[in-house]
Parts: sequence; structure tokens; C-alpha cells
Amino acid sequence: MHSSDFVRRFESPGGDRRTGSSMHMDFPLLLILLTLCVTGLLVLYSASGQNMFYVKRQALWIMFGLVMMIIVAQFPVRFWERWSFVLYAAGLLSLLAVLLFGVGAKGAQRWLDLGFTRIQPSEFMKVAVPMMISSYLAKQYSPPTLTPVLVVWFLIIAPVLLVVRQPDLGTALLIFASGFYVIFLAGLRKRYLLGAALLALAAIPTLWVFVMRDYQKQRILTLLSPGDDKLGAGWNIIQSTTAIGSGGWNGKGWTLGTQSQLNFLPESHTDFIIAVLAEEFGLIGILILCVLYALLVGRCLLIAMYSQSQFGRLIAGSLSLMFVTHVFVNMSMVSGILPVVGVPLPLISYGGTAIVTLFLGFGILMAISTEPKRIRTDL
Amino acid sequence: MINDATFSDPARESRIFAVRLLVSVSVVIVIGILVTARYFHLQVTRYQDFATHADNNRVHMRPAPASRGLIYDRNGILLADNRPTYNLTVVTERTNDLDQLIATISSLIDISEDDTKTFKKRLRRRIPYEKTTLKFNLTEHERGILAVNGYLLAGVEISARLTRFYPQGELFAHVVGYVGRINEQEIQRIDRVKYSGTDSIGKIGLESFYESQLLGSVGTEHVESNARGRVMRILDNVDPIPGDNLTIYMDSRLQRVAYNAFKGERGALVAIDVKTGGILAMISAPSYNPNLFVSGISQRQYSALLDSPGRPLFDRSIRGQYPPGSTIKPLFGLIGLASNSIPMDYTIDDPGYFIMEGIERPWRDHNSKRGGHGKGVGLARAITESCDVFFYKMSIKTGIDLLSSYSEKFGLGQITGIDIHGEQPGIMPSRIWKKSARGEAWFHGDTINASIGQGFMLTTPLQLGVMMARIASKGKIVRPQLVKFMNGNSVSAAETAESIAIDVEHWDYIHQAMKAVIHSPRGTARGINKGLNYTIAGKTGTAQVISINAEEEYDSSKIDKSQWDHALFVAFAPVEDPQIAISLIVENGEHGSSAAAPIARLVMDAYMKSKAGSHQSIGPEALY
Repeated sequence: MHSSDFVRRFESPGGDRRTGSSMHMDFPLLLILLTLCVTGLLVLYSASGQNMFYVKRQALWIMFGLVMMIIVAQFPVRFWERWSFVLYAAGLLSLLAVLLFGVGAKGAQRWLDLGFTRIQPSEFMKVAVPMMISSYLAKQYSPPTLTPVLVVWFLIIAPVLLVVRQPDLGTALLIFASGFYVIFLAGLRKRYLLGAALLALAAIPTLWVFVMRDYQKQRILTLLSPGDDKLGAGWNIIQSTTAIGSGGWNGKGWTLGTQSQLNFLPESHTDFIIAVLAEEFGLIGILILCVLYALLVGRCLLIAMYSQSQFGRLIAGSLSLMFVTHVFVNMSMVSGILPVVGVPLPLISYGGTAIVTLFLGFGILMAISTEPKRIRTDL
Repeated sequence: MINDATFSDPARESRIFAVRLLVSVSVVIVIGILVTARYFHLQVTRYQDFATHADNNRVHMRPAPASRGLIYDRNGILLADNRPTYNLTVVTERTNDLDQLIATISSLIDISEDDTKTFKKRLRRRIPYEKTTLKFNLTEHERGILAVNGYLLAGVEISARLTRFYPQGELFAHVVGYVGRINEQEIQRIDRVKYSGTDSIGKIGLESFYESQLLGSVGTEHVESNARGRVMRILDNVDPIPGDNLTIYMDSRLQRVAYNAFKGERGALVAIDVKTGGILAMISAPSYNPNLFVSGISQRQYSALLDSPGRPLFDRSIRGQYPPGSTIKPLFGLIGLASNSIPMDYTIDDPGYFIMEGIERPWRDHNSKRGGHGKGVGLARAITESCDVFFYKMSIKTGIDLLSSYSEKFGLGQITGIDIHGEQPGIMPSRIWKKSARGEAWFHGDTINASIGQGFMLTTPLQLGVMMARIASKGKIVRPQLVKFMNGNSVSAAETAESIAIDVEHWDYIHQAMKAVIHSPRGTARGINKGLNYTIAGKTGTAQVISINAEEEYDSSKIDKSQWDHALFVAFAPVEDPQIAISLIVENGEHGSSAAAPIARLVMDAYMKSKAGSHQSIGPEALY
């Protein structure tokens, strides 16, 4: 940690200096974030069966996340650019550690037990991988040539393979996406894109035969026809689409959703929480949530657009896209257009690791947003 | 750092990034629209489907079972009761490993192979989250064991429900009958809505005959339940209406006296209230415990009942068809008089046999060994001493047509219409009957055989009882009836003004002749007149099980007991004002006088005592 990183920030006049800049806070972003978090707590209260226990815990995680975000935002962007490799390496090592000494349940080994708490390194890699690749590509010629493309490929595939081994195919795909977004934004040439697309197509049968476990295949089969197994694997999807559909335009009212309150909806306070929102607040509630998400992502993309550095652009852009990806994957799986993979709804679903990871990402975005407008020649 | 800068072209980087970001945003917008469209599709286009499905999920119509009507005897003693029983049920959705669970339960309490087998059968027809019964009628001990080990038994519940119970056990098995699980054929014909609250249906006896009245009408409850099937609240309900209670004419004490009087012999007894036609006692012995059938009898127990030599499941009182033997003589004598075939002073000479012209083989009298009943045997003596030859001769004079048409008025050859199912009609032979049943013409020999209640003639104990009641009441068309009150309202037996038109002197003649059977020193049933403080009119009878050639002599010591003659007895009392009519048979009892008549005496004594004073006057020795 370089003390100069701090010093320079405070010395910087920054041209259009606002109050936010001095605290390294992007207030529009903060406002939307807080709105979403409060909305999330309201829905969580209903989804957990009006259980304040979950709401309090989640509120504590949000506070912790906010503090982490503020801390992260105080470091200059270049600091994160420099330390990306260390974070990435640490992440990779902890993924190895998961495979060797990890703990878990239901045949999957995903957690590291630190004694006082459990952490899920794969979740952390969703931020570390794009940071690593952004910092690498920021130093490369744009658009990247073959060598950096291959380097990036290996940077992505190493953690992905480790996560696949756990096995956690959903997270592995998201990590892959997080790396891919960076290189895409960095201008990956169309021929490589095409090649990647063909490779991905070719990989599907391989995945099906060699990588995917039976339960994973079952989820996909279930998606195709949930009615085949009404009480088994299809139950979740039937119940969640029923919850969503029965909400109609206006919803049944807060804490009045029958599907969620009578326990028909599985995982109602975690991965399937949007079904509770859809049931109780209707399509109007869903549209309002979408607007909030759109504002959030829009703000993040603006930050990316106006970032001073290539690293800032790439990491801000890819983190924004990752955020959208989570939203879409979650909304799609709950409404039955994607197989059920364990992806929570950002900022709304109950779960500490996801909240903290998200806020870490937003911390970096705030750091980018509030970095002083510099003249490129100072490099 | 410097090197990095030489590679980078900030303007170009930023331009490429902007284009890529624009592409990304476009893709995000497209996907965003698609995802929103999906929610629009679910929440708006298909709203009705899902709203209905959500309601179906949570709102269930639950039948509220009506309690089945109770059955009482005339003194208010319960014959069919509903008792709470505790069944072991399993909700398979809430168990982890069903086989493991059954194994665990088996280690705690006794679960038979039958239980498991029928449980698996029931599982296949079950609604998700429905309780399926594994074992019925848990004892208190078993409930205790299960409660203590509850933590091992996820998905197991002990559920209470009302189950039929017959406190009198075998005593009323054939009359009251029993309920049992609704079977495959019954499911086809019943209204499933009416039966949604129960899985039982009356199988035989009153339980079957009065099924629709006993059933009551099922109520409904709309309940909201959660995903585990737990009822959260009742939204609305329609109360069930309990089934009608039945009170029958029978007296369980009289019934017990009658049943015990058989002392393990096979047979049947019917006692009828002469005034009303109400059945006072009705026995088919041996009997069985109807409670075995209520929650499903095991194959082993059922085979044991079926294979039992006493055939306890067979209701002899209404289904057993026996030759009436000499018990028919009072009726035929009455017909002889009423039809003017013979005058009241008509007599015959009985050498011990009767020879029909043109037929070589003689018809023997039962006491042919002693040279017959002698000269100048009139109808009264023929009844009192049971002279066969008199009836051989008289029947030729009367002819089968009159015998048969009169007999029908007394209820023979047809079902009596008692209020339980399964009655057999017996046979009152006639020319028409023989033509259609045998394809042969009627011969005098047939009439002679019929004249002493043999040959083609078959009657049930109930028919003989009805016959006796109609003779006792001097021609009133007494109809047998079991149920007296339904929910406190009188169920009158179909009263008929019509009666059998026969001169009163003929009735009196027959009554006196029958009285002499018991009260005269030559009467065949004189053995039962000791200590009588009222009068009985009766007639003994013997029904052949195997036909004996005329040349041979019936000798019980030479044949197996299962082929011994049946002993019959019919009677009514008191003669002056008949109240009770009885018919009974003791299978292979040999002699009506020694095997059957004493039983009638016991039953009549008990009846007369209960009529005379308090019910307690029936002696305890008669009760047990």
C-alpha cells in the first residue's frame, strides 16, 4: 500500500470538485443503491415469513458492505490496478484450497472454513478475475492481439476450471462471463469472437457428457418440461411461475402473497425472492424494480464511459455488465426460462457474501467515479 | 509504466470502448425487454391460469365426515357404535426413505406383511400430501411407543377417526351386519361426493339395507393449507348432518338367551312379535365377530371364517333353506279344513305306512316300527303325535294346487320382505313350479312327499317364523320388520288390512291341536311343558338331510353326524292371546322334540318374563 496514493488524491484539485468527490462517494449511485437495499429489506421481511431475524442480519450485512464500499472507494483506481494481480493470485490459491480442504454440502465443495466464518472464494473471483484482466489489458494495445488474447484466455480458464471441479457450473460460467466482458469491451476482434462462439458451441456436448453432473442435467431437462416431475425437480419452477403469474398487474399486497406465505415457494428469501416481489407487488412492482436496476446500471455505465483510464473503463464496464447478468440470470431462472442455477438477485436476495462482493465492486466504481479529472500527459 | 503508455492510444482505446459499450447496452436492452416480456406473459397474459393454480394450491375442499347413525335395540342398548380409533398414517412427501421408515416402525410396533402390502396398494391411489394409513387401530401401548420415538419418524402421524364398533360382537353379526372398506365394485355405483368423508360402507345386514339413512350427509370445509399440507385456517364450511339412528324391535337380552341356548350347535332361530311383525330375536349360529371386518379383515382371518365347518358367515335364518318337515303339518291341516277337503271330524287308520294305488313302494310313517298311530286318527291327533299317514291321505284329497296357493298366503315360496338383504325364497312346489324348474309333470307322489314338508319343499327359518305368526294371529298378514324407530320416528311395517279368510273354528282347531303338542301327554313336545305358567302351541319337525330308501331304516348311529336329520320346532305363545311366534332349526339335531323345542322354551320363558314384569326378571342363568 503506497501512502502516496492517498496523498495525491487529496492534493488533486479535480476541476469540478463536488462534496461527493472529497468523500469519494458517487451520490446518485449511492442513492439508487440505498433505495434498492431498502426495497430488498421490505421484500425480505415478507419473504422470510415476517421474520425480523433475517431482516436484521441482512441489514447488518448491508451496513458492513457499505463500510467496505466506502473504504474501497478511498483508494485510488491505480492502487486497485496495481494490486489486481495479487488479489487474483490470492483468489486462485483459495480456490485451490477449496478443492483441497474445502467444506460443503450435497456433494459440492464450495466453502473455506476460516473458523469464525465460511467464505466462498468463487464469489470473490467474480470481481478478482475482471480486475486482473482489466489491469492486464489496460497495458496492452487495443484491440488486443493474439498473445494477450491467449493470456487472457488462460487467466479466465484457470479459475473457471477450479470452480467447475467443485462443482459449481453456474458460478464458473459467471466467472467466465466476467472475464469475457473485459476482453470484449477492450475490443476483442470479431474473428476471435466468432471463434469463441464456435468453441462454446462445440463445448456444449463435451460439457454435457464429461463435466455436468446428473443433477445439473436434471435442472436443464426440468426447464424444458417442468410438468414431468411435478413434485420433484419441477416443483420449484411450477411454484415460482405460479407465484409470479398469480401476482397479476397489481400483486396481492405486501405480506399477502399466498404462494410465498404458505411455503409453496422454495428458497423464497434467497434465490427465488423476485417471485415474492412479483406475487405481492405484481408486474408494476417488477417494472419499478427494473427501472431501479436500469438507473443503477445506467449510472455505472456512465461512470465507465467517463473513466479517465483504460483500467477504469474496463473494470467499471465489466462489473456493470456482470451486475446486469446476475439480474437477468436470476429473473430468467425464477420465471422458468433458464435452468435453476444458484444465482441470487443482486441487492435483494438474502445472503452476506453476495452483498459484500457487490459492494466491493461498487466501491471500485465509486473510486473510478470520483477519480480526479486528469490530463493524460501526466502519465 | 512508460512502456505501457507507448502501447496505449487513449483516444483509440476510448473509441473502441465506447462502441463496445454501445453494443453491450443494446444487447442488455434486448435481453431486458425479453425478460420483462416473460414477466408480462406470466403476470398479464396467463394471469388467470396462475391465479387459479395458486388458489388450487392453497384452498382445498375437505370433507367433514358425518357420523354414521347408531343402531340400538328396543331397550336402548347400543348395537352399532362409532368409536374413535387411532391409525398410523404416513405422508410420503415428508419422509426421506420410505422403506427405511417402515423398517423403523416395524422395529417399534408390530407391522404385519398384510399391513405393508395394503399400504403400498393404497399409496398408488393417493393424492400428494395425503395421509395414507399403514396400520389401523393402534393400541394405547403402540401409540405410546410411537409418541416417544416421534423424532425418528418424520412424516408419520397418528390420526384419530370415528370407526364403527359393534359392542355386542357376534350376537348381532347377521342382523346388524357390518361396514367395511369401500371396494372396487362399490366405487363404481356409489356417489363419490356422498362418500367423500368416509371409506366405509354397509356390507350386509341393517348396515347395508339402511345404508343411505345411516350414512348421513357429508359436510364440506374449504381450508387454506400450506405447502406441507397443514391447515392454516378454515375459510368456510357446511356442517355435516349425522346419519339417522335406528332402533330395532330386537331385545339383546332375548337374543343372548337364544344364542346361548344353541350351546355351540349349528342352527337358526327367528322370534317374531305376532302383533307387529317386529323381529324379537334372530339367530344364525355359529356367528362371528363383525368387528373383524370394519377396518379390513386379513386374508388369513377371512379364510379361517370361510373354511370353518360351522360356516359362521352363512346367515341361516334368512338364507338357509331347509325342508320344513313336520312343522308344515299345522298349516296343511288348516288348509285341509279351510278348503273343505276334509271335515273337522275326518279320521284315518294308520298301519304305519301308506300305499298309493299303482305305486309299489309304500310311504312309511316315522313310527312305522311301532305299527303306526293306529285307528281313528283325526287331524288334531295327527298334529299332536305327528302322524305322517294322515297327511299323506289328506294331501291327496286336498291336492297340490290348494296346498300351494294357500301356503303362499302364509309366506312360503317367496321372500318375506324383511328389511335386510339376501333373503332366500325357498320353494313351495306347484305344478307350474315343477314344469318350469324340472320340466316334468306333477305326480301324486310329489304331493305326498310335500305333505310332510319333504320332497321339493324348502323353507327358511324366517319363513317358518312368519308362517307361525300368521297362524298365531289367525290370518293377519304379519310382515317381519327389524327397524322400529328411525331417529325416534316410528317405522311402521307395511300394515295390511287384508287377512287370510278362514273360519274362526278352523283357526281354533289348529291352535288347540298345536297346544296339545306341548300340553297333552301324547304331544311330541310334551318334554318342554314342565313348570310352564303360560300356554305354548307348537309343532316339532325333522328334516331329512339324506334320503333314505323306503326299505332302509334311518339309523343315526350308522351315519356321520353331518348327515343326521335337522331338528325343527315352530311355536307361538300364549295360545289365548298369541304374542310371540318362534321358528328354529338345529342342524343335525335329529329330533325337533329333544334338540329344538327346549331352545324355544328358553326363549319364550325369557320373553314372557320380560313381558310380565321388569326386564331384570330374566334370570342370570338364562342370560349367560
